[in-house]
Amino acid sequence: MQQLGLLSVVIWLPIAGGLVTLAFGDQRARAARWAALLSSLLTLAACVSLYAGFANGTANFQFIERLAWIPALRSQYYLGIDGISLPLILLTAFMTVPVIIAGWSEIDKRPAQYYAAFLIMEGLMIGVFCALDSLLFYFFWEAMLIPMFVIIGVWGGPRRVYATLKFFLYTFLGSVLMLVALIYLYLKAGDYSIAAMQQLPLTLAEQRWIFIAFLLAFAVKVPMWPVHTWLPDAHVEAPTGGSVILAAIMLKMGGYGLLRFSLPITPDASHELDWLIVTLSLIAIVYIAFVALVQQDMKKLVAYSSIAHMGFVTLGAFLVFYIMAATGSAQGAVNGLDGAVVQMISHGLISGALFLCIGVMYDRLHTRDISAYGGVINVMPKFGALMVLFALANSGLPGTSGFVGEFLVILASFKASFWFALLAASILVVGAAYNLWLVKRVIFGEVANPQVAKMQDLNPREFLVLGVLALAVLLLGVWPAPMLNMMEASVQHLLQQMLTSKLPGAA
Amino acid sequence: MIGAALPAAMLPSGPLTLAIPEISLACAACLILLCDVYFGAGRRGLTATLTMVALTVGVALTGQYGLTTQRFLLFNGLYVADSLAGFLKMAGFVAMATAIFYSQDYLEQRAMRGGEYYVLCLTALLGIFVLISANSLLTVYLGLELLSLSLYALVAFDRDSGIAAEAAIKYFVLGAIASGVLLYGMSMLYGLTGTLDLDQLSRIVRRGPDAALMIGIAFVVVAIAFKFGAVPFHMWVPDVYQGAPTSVTLYIATVSNLGSFALILRLLTHGLAGAPAIWTQMLMAVAVLSLLVGNLGAIAQTNLKRMLAYSAIANAGFVLLGFATGNNAGYQAALIFTVAYVITTLASFGMILMLSRSGFEHEEIADFKGLATRDPLLAAMMLALMFSTAGVPPFVGFWAKLWIIQALLGGNHVWLATFAVLVSVVGAFYYLRVVWYMYFDSPGDRPVPEARPRMRLILLLNTAAVTLMGLLPNALLSICQRVLP
Repeated sequence: MQQLGLLSVVIWLPIAGGLVTLAFGDQRARAARWAALLSSLLTLAACVSLYAGFANGTANFQFIERLAWIPALRSQYYLGIDGISLPLILLTAFMTVPVIIAGWSEIDKRPAQYYAAFLIMEGLMIGVFCALDSLLFYFFWEAMLIPMFVIIGVWGGPRRVYATLKFFLYTFLGSVLMLVALIYLYLKAGDYSIAAMQQLPLTLAEQRWIFIAFLLAFAVKVPMWPVHTWLPDAHVEAPTGGSVILAAIMLKMGGYGLLRFSLPITPDASHELDWLIVTLSLIAIVYIAFVALVQQDMKKLVAYSSIAHMGFVTLGAFLVFYIMAATGSAQGAVNGLDGAVVQMISHGLISGALFLCIGVMYDRLHTRDISAYGGVINVMPKFGALMVLFALANSGLPGTSGFVGEFLVILASFKASFWFALLAASILVVGAAYNLWLVKRVIFGEVANPQVAKMQDLNPREFLVLGVLALAVLLLGVWPAPMLNMMEASVQHLLQQMLTSKLPGAA
Repeated sequence: MIGAALPAAMLPSGPLTLAIPEISLACAACLILLCDVYFGAGRRGLTATLTMVALTVGVALTGQYGLTTQRFLLFNGLYVADSLAGFLKMAGFVAMATAIFYSQDYLEQRAMRGGEYYVLCLTALLGIFVLISANSLLTVYLGLELLSLSLYALVAFDRDSGIAAEAAIKYFVLGAIASGVLLYGMSMLYGLTGTLDLDQLSRIVRRGPDAALMIGIAFVVVAIAFKFGAVPFHMWVPDVYQGAPTSVTLYIATVSNLGSFALILRLLTHGLAGAPAIWTQMLMAVAVLSLLVGNLGAIAQTNLKRMLAYSAIANAGFVLLGFATGNNAGYQAALIFTVAYVITTLASFGMILMLSRSGFEHEEIADFKGLATRDPLLAAMMLALMFSTAGVPPFVGFWAKLWIIQALLGGNHVWLATFAVLVSVVGAFYYLRVVWYMYFDSPGDRPVPEARPRMRLILLLNTAAVTLMGLLPNALLSICQRVLP
């Protein structure tokens, strides 16, 4: 039984910070803001020390904490991280800070509750990525819905109630079936730890059902076509911070779940049903990208583009079986998995930044209609430059993080099949189209109307937030090696698990 | 006669002190009635205080003398004392004390000061205790009637309220029919086996099913379903929940649930343990219907008490699902669910009582609008309670549902488990609506709730218990496992 350690700190520190913020109350909003900022910065610092202490080159879980939690259910407070979860934890801690700062003066309705909700959610989300006990995972996974439900519902737009109910019920519906699958696995394995479930032999029929139950939970979160419809609504109605967290982190939980649960626990069913995921991913990439092209609302456009980009994550993860069948080369398969993880991180940064940009414009003009803007760069040069950078990164421009993930996945899909690669690569064209067209209509051109002419350029606070994100996007784009090294061993291990049949008697 | 038929060396006969919970309650009820008659009119609050004292003394005495880890029979085998009985009675004391605490202001404001209120609550609790310790069909019936008659009177306690009178009549008439049905079923069982003793019954019935037995059991199950408010015998639940004074609804929704649990446990899982195939099927059907009707019915409600009534029907479905597995894991799950439900529901109704003012029943869901702005603390607590009832972690309601689902899967009822989780998604909607009204809507001209620091503190402790048992559920789970080995 290992002691409490750094991982518990990064989970419970923001939650405690959130409670402190809540205790300050809306009357002492200033104190609440500083408390919130301080907690998010401390959490980030703790995460940086996680990174510093993390040893590359091993697939073993690190920073393990294992304490008795519910002996009656043989479930433990069991935490640990590997090369797949660490980047996501860093992303979570990194993206919460700009969200807190971005709401600094924009949120005047119940500010303390606003910050508290985000901090509590940060802790719960990190908990999802750290949990090595599936019941603990589910615990965080569901609890996370509560603050998000409140965030969209309280600080959202005009149709916020509809959007937040849809969000909650959709995700709840997906996850309860996962719970049934987890309990089933527990009853067979006698233990709620994920490792025990990964080693459990299962017949193909069992794997199929479990795979489908998992898929429902994760596909809704990713979201994959056709269960994506909650996302545009939730994004459009959520406040800026809510959209950022939704796009940057919550969607990644679906991808993470597929990598941590579906692929290793049900490898044979994943192999058997890989055509399903690949097809749905390609539909998301091609069809949803076209849907994004015709959006009038900027947030909706980015929301649809998120669905298309998350298609790369699921595609990269499930191409492995095709690649192994076609070439037998593990390197190609590793590219696909690497691409999936890099794409998650990169999309987290880029979509978060784009939502922040839209938030900046919305604060000034109180509309997200593309047609209400035009020539913004003439009045907001600093903002315009950054927005163009993020839009280009979103379309996969080399030198930005958006390129790395997409390139790796397209590379992998070439090894699987030329046609997959062709379809996947179409996003480079369509993606460029909707991003550039957005930039053309909103940023460039003549100043469209007197309201736009009155827009103020970024204040230092906004500039700091977007500037740091821009640096991160560029850094990851030109020098992805540290991240790829970090996850190398874990991805290899995952590949091993995926390719080892769990059918009884197959060993 | 029955006692004589009992083999003498079967079980150790325990000391009379094991019946201390019932003895102390019966004495307390009589004493308090006398005190109320002589001194009650002059001193307001005296009866309530005495009742609290009586409950505290009851807890102390039970803790000292009334708990046992072995199984003892008393009174010629009519009465059983075991660890489960001790646990349920302690829970009953605590739940009733909390309920009384929440109700005091409400009763004061509505001039329902009569000391009979407290005496009736005590006799109802006594009925529950008798049920909990019943080891004979006779004792079961005695406990059930004592409980029911007290509750009928309590529902009609507000003499001037037409809606309460209507609810009481409905409850009484339907309850009387259910009692009749139960008696009929019992008489058939007696006719078939020649014994009223549940221990003997459980051995004799093992011989296997026949048509008469099946009919007898069906009658018993109908009566149980009525007591639980399970579909299709749920008609009284919404009307009684809405019509009764909120403090009485609180009592019926929480304390009385422990009695229903004991009823099914003693009658079916013990007395009819030999023929589980018959009653598990019946319970399954009743449970599935309850889950459907309860969850769908609750969506349409605008009155919170009525909504919670439908929610109670749905939750009865969950408890019955636990019993329908016919194995011990399922019974444990049902016990955990019952305890979690009682704790959460106490606070939910406590919240309605907290927000009610003199002349204003805070019972429409719309009355909660904007509570998050008017009183953030109360709103946050209600949020926790609603999510707990919906079965979302980190609250205790999640573990309750988890155990039921686990028991179902353990019994290979995969489809039932899937059905149960899917309907609870439907159920989540109406709990979310309360949160929506509190957090997303503006308060309008609704007033800021009164301070009432004492009540606020107890509510806070109650909600803290709901959260703490959600974060660290092991204590609750292992106690429930231990008392139902």
